[in-house]
Amino acid sequence: MTATRVVVTAASLEWARVAGTTATGNASSVIGCDVEAAIESELCSSDSPDGRPGVNLLYFAFSRAALEKALVNRIGQCILTCPTTACYNSLPCSKDKRIRIGGNLRFFGDGHQMSKKLGERRFWRIPVMDGEFLVEDYFGTTKGVAGGNLLLIGHDPDSTLQAATQAANAIRNVPGVIMPFPGGIVRSGSKVGSRYKKLKASTNDAYCPTLRGVVESAIPPGAECVYEIVMDGLDLACVEAGMKAGINAAREAGIHTITAGNYGGKLGPYHLHLHKLMTA
Amino acid sequence: MLHLQCRYTGTIPLEAETISPDQLVGKSLAEMEKLPVQHGNRQGCLADYFSIRGDASDGAIAVEGDCQRVKLIGANMTLGRILVDGPVGMHVGAEMRGGELEVRGSAGDWAGAEMRGGVLRVRGDVGHLAGAGYRGSRYGMRGGVLLIDGAAGNEVGAVMRRGFIAVGGTVGDFLGVSMIAGTVVARGPIGQRPGAGMKRGSLILLSENPALLPTFRESGMVRPLILSLCFAYLRDLGWEAPRDMESKVWRRHWGDLVSLGKGEVFSPVGSSR
Repeated sequence: MTATRVVVTAASLEWARVAGTTATGNASSVIGCDVEAAIESELCSSDSPDGRPGVNLLYFAFSRAALEKALVNRIGQCILTCPTTACYNSLPCSKDKRIRIGGNLRFFGDGHQMSKKLGERRFWRIPVMDGEFLVEDYFGTTKGVAGGNLLLIGHDPDSTLQAATQAANAIRNVPGVIMPFPGGIVRSGSKVGSRYKKLKASTNDAYCPTLRGVVESAIPPGAECVYEIVMDGLDLACVEAGMKAGINAAREAGIHTITAGNYGGKLGPYHLHLHKLMTA
Repeated sequence: MLHLQCRYTGTIPLEAETISPDQLVGKSLAEMEKLPVQHGNRQGCLADYFSIRGDASDGAIAVEGDCQRVKLIGANMTLGRILVDGPVGMHVGAEMRGGELEVRGSAGDWAGAEMRGGVLRVRGDVGHLAGAGYRGSRYGMRGGVLLIDGAAGNEVGAVMRRGFIAVGGTVGDFLGVSMIAGTVVARGPIGQRPGAGMKRGSLILLSENPALLPTFRESGMVRPLILSLCFAYLRDLGWEAPRDMESKVWRRHWGDLVSLGKGEVFSPVGSSR
């Protein structure tokens, strides 16, 4: 997966959150969305490029071309339109691994757009009704790791959700990792493929408690609920750190069983073995 | 590091564009001593005017002594570092494309003229036409950064096409005249007719009451984020930008309307025409 990080700043943290939440909406899985995306972290004024509060957003897509297309649309519709925002790159930006965002959005300025080059970075200034929308010309990309997952199997729905929430909160503190699903938790975990040819994924029947007795269930006795946490990272180390944090938090919350899905290797080239991960 | 001690005390200017890492790196001392320099209408060699010691394998050159009559130091350089410990003559860093050149003293006219890249820093004052284009050239500075701690003369950044100039002291007349693009920050008081004939580009004037030509049109009070980035960029380069500038409200003028009129002049509110 190709990944990028977008820094969005605004006059207040609230407006930065609004922009970040909107620009990462409908981005839970590339099964049905153009990208996987979420807010990675929040930035205080002293850490942001323009001295205002902001948020870091991470985006993952199948290719640089797909990522560029999605980001031009999302930043154009959700961040350009949001009061007081500005948008910056925060990954190394080599010529062969970059995508053009500001350079594509500048045409909204209808000839009144201006650029400013500071060192090797070019910024586009697009006039809008509250002043100027500032967006960087190019954004760097990197080879990210998507699809890191944990299956949290609990005694009952309430305690399982509580453990999953604590795990998601712990993972949120790990830099370079996002959980693109709502609140970081998935209830409709999927397996690769389906009996219907047009579907790329279908319900993970082995972990659906209501299908016990009908399919070969993977839910152990005494467990009644399963939640999945899916995470994407800028590299394998980030995903490993996220999984460790999630496992530790879920364990402290008293979860019945923790496992993960590799779907027979169909999910991707990386296999993270949970026992090895926790003893490393 | 290569050390060059200037022994020249005459009044006829010496043209020493051979003092550049591009010319000196990879050469032996004997080869360096024979490099040509132009003295008036006669050609001499570097050893006639400079004592040379050390080696330039690391791309670093230190020039010591009074070089006020030495022109073209670092001209066309593309890499390495030159440190001039003292005053320097005209055309220092002219047309340079890369590397760093620091002058711990004042520089003559045409400092950084038509430079295309790299960083030229002058700790003292500069003469006229810093970062400008030579007469007849379509473009002046086309890239890089020119930082002047002291004062500058007339026509700073004339016909500038790209790049960044910052002047810490007073600036003469016609700052950014016929500017095509790029950015000039002037911290001190400026002379007459700033931005005359400018097409695009930004003049960021930090002084009170900049007198603009009547062919500039005010577009109101703004707080542009790009100024915060410009000041942060200057601080990263080690140039002392005022701390309170990001919080200021700025008055913006468009101009020059006798030309394309897409240039902008920023001045802090509190100052007026």
